[in-house]
Amino acid sequence: MPIRNPRDFWSGVLFTLFGVGTLAIGSKYTLGTAARMGPGYFPRILGILLIVLGVTIALRALRVRGEAMPRFRLRPLVVVLGSVVLFGAIVRPLGVALSTVILIVVASAASSEFRPRESLVAGVLLAALAVGVFVIGLQLQLPIWPLQQ
Amino acid sequence: MELFSHLATGFGVALTPVNLLYALVGALLGTLIGVLPGIGPVATIAMLLPTTYALEPVSALIMLAGIYYGAQYGGSTTAILVNMPGEASSVVTCLDGYQMARRGQAGAALAVAALASFFAGTCATILVAGVSLPLSALALKFGPAEYFSLMVLGLIGAVVLAHGSLLKAIAMILVGLLLGIVGTDVNSGVMRFDFGIPELSDGIGVVVVAMGLFGFAEIIVNLESTEKREVVRTKLGGLWFTKEQFRLAAPAALRGTALGSVLGVLPGGGAMLSSFASYTVEKKLAKDPSQFGKGAIQGVAGPEAANNAGAQSSFIPLLTLGIPENAVMAMMVGAMTIHNIQPGPQVMTSNPGLFWGLIASMWVGNLMLVVLNLPLIGIWIRLLSVPYRLLYPAILLFCAIGVYTVNNTSFDVMQTAFFGLLGVVFAKLACEPAPLLLGFVLGPMMEENLRRALLLSRGDPTVFATRPISAGLLAAAVLLVLVIALPNMRRRREEAFQEA
Repeated sequence: MPIRNPRDFWSGVLFTLFGVGTLAIGSKYTLGTAARMGPGYFPRILGILLIVLGVTIALRALRVRGEAMPRFRLRPLVVVLGSVVLFGAIVRPLGVALSTVILIVVASAASSEFRPRESLVAGVLLAALAVGVFVIGLQLQLPIWPLQQ
Repeated sequence: MELFSHLATGFGVALTPVNLLYALVGALLGTLIGVLPGIGPVATIAMLLPTTYALEPVSALIMLAGIYYGAQYGGSTTAILVNMPGEASSVVTCLDGYQMARRGQAGAALAVAALASFFAGTCATILVAGVSLPLSALALKFGPAEYFSLMVLGLIGAVVLAHGSLLKAIAMILVGLLLGIVGTDVNSGVMRFDFGIPELSDGIGVVVVAMGLFGFAEIIVNLESTEKREVVRTKLGGLWFTKEQFRLAAPAALRGTALGSVLGVLPGGGAMLSSFASYTVEKKLAKDPSQFGKGAIQGVAGPEAANNAGAQSSFIPLLTLGIPENAVMAMMVGAMTIHNIQPGPQVMTSNPGLFWGLIASMWVGNLMLVVLNLPLIGIWIRLLSVPYRLLYPAILLFCAIGVYTVNNTSFDVMQTAFFGLLGVVFAKLACEPAPLLLGFVLGPMMEENLRRALLLSRGDPTVFATRPISAGLLAAAVLLVLVIALPNMRRRREEAFQEA
């Protein structure tokens, strides 16, 4: 059977998987009765509803025509999320100042108009701003330089 | 008059120097992100939430509220000058505002937008204050069954009035409810859906979810498209408008205010829906509808009044019932919870300074905005010429610092990145993230009320249908779904969103 509406079809599949996963994990939790609900009661209702909806959405997508899936571009996704995770990992040992410069330069590479030198300048300026606003102004407990604390 | 003494209390709180400062900061930040396309109030509130820990709760809420209505002022600036919506709620302002700008009437359009917004903001503040007392009194009579049904209605209403597929939106709510109950179950102490990760025992943070789905995902999707932003240099023209323009704009602003005030209160309503509805109404009522799209001043005054009125009146269900009706209000619930305030009708009595202070601050913030906005337009235009390749890393930085400082752990940053990935997948699949956020915030409350209602009825599920208020609320929810499911209505709903 042809998939006439890929975006809806795959959403339906995703919701169904969510529902199945919920039931699978949730089966460990006590169900209880309606009057004395256990921790598994509410999740099970939600899981069943999700499966019903997910299957309905997927089946409808076989009948009703819809837009094609838009293209997935890997570079922005990986670079943007990677730069943020990297920042989270290095901000404690390296301090806000250096981590900011690294975050800005790495994150800028996600754009097709990446200009390394410009992003370095922006990084240094933003590092000064971040230290001024967050560490000095708002007094957040973050080290400024490497290996403070 | 009880109301006046309450408002006096409110202004007493709102006019202290500290709170004036936070209202100003919130309103200015709101204008800033309103002007800049690509970042909305939800992501901004998520970004700033962690920095409000040290503040008094009332100051924090005043600032965060300012972001939402400030964004309504800022959004119109970009719409009029650049023909791009700075905010989703100013999409319709582009149509006629930009045409006015091309005719050299940018100044008049900006002035009309600001004044209409201010007028609407003033009326909406009075409405919020006036309606809150009776609504809270009513809500205090609600038992768990009524609350559960109210939440069902709120969630269903939120997706019915939004655009896109109804089934997918309901599924997104369910995903949100499930994410909301991750962590320790308050009744049994059992850890649920924690995947053995100890950091998840307190549940997933609202900042994490909102920033991932609304902040990161938005940036990634923006970066995928290569379209460039052109800042069009237009002459501002005089900042004043003619008598004839006033004659056309004033009634439009009045109607926009009324429409926005009503639509803002409805679940799923708020700024965006109000502005769309107002544009449609103005076009229908106009003597010469052909002028619309060519610089009709009513097409600016009406929607701009409506979006600001809608932004403010959407606080009513939150403040009186504790039910958020759009994604921004869901963030406000998150903010209140972080400051240990349980949103609901009891806030007014247990915390009158906070309640009335927040309401009074809205009017104060609106006044600041109308006074400051026009002189600052030069700065906003210059900001608009900052290219996106410089802007988004800065936004990422503020997001990363914000989310890291919630608990000072890199685990939160990784979680946010995960929700960013999820947000991109949802965007590709055309699943709106707002219903998920609403469900996420309401998840624990909904489970608790369901549990209590069924405990009281000894497990009899008919309790939801036999208690009159609860039955009425559920009937309204069912009716909404049925109405929308009718093919005729579905077509009209789609048209309403496409017309603009």
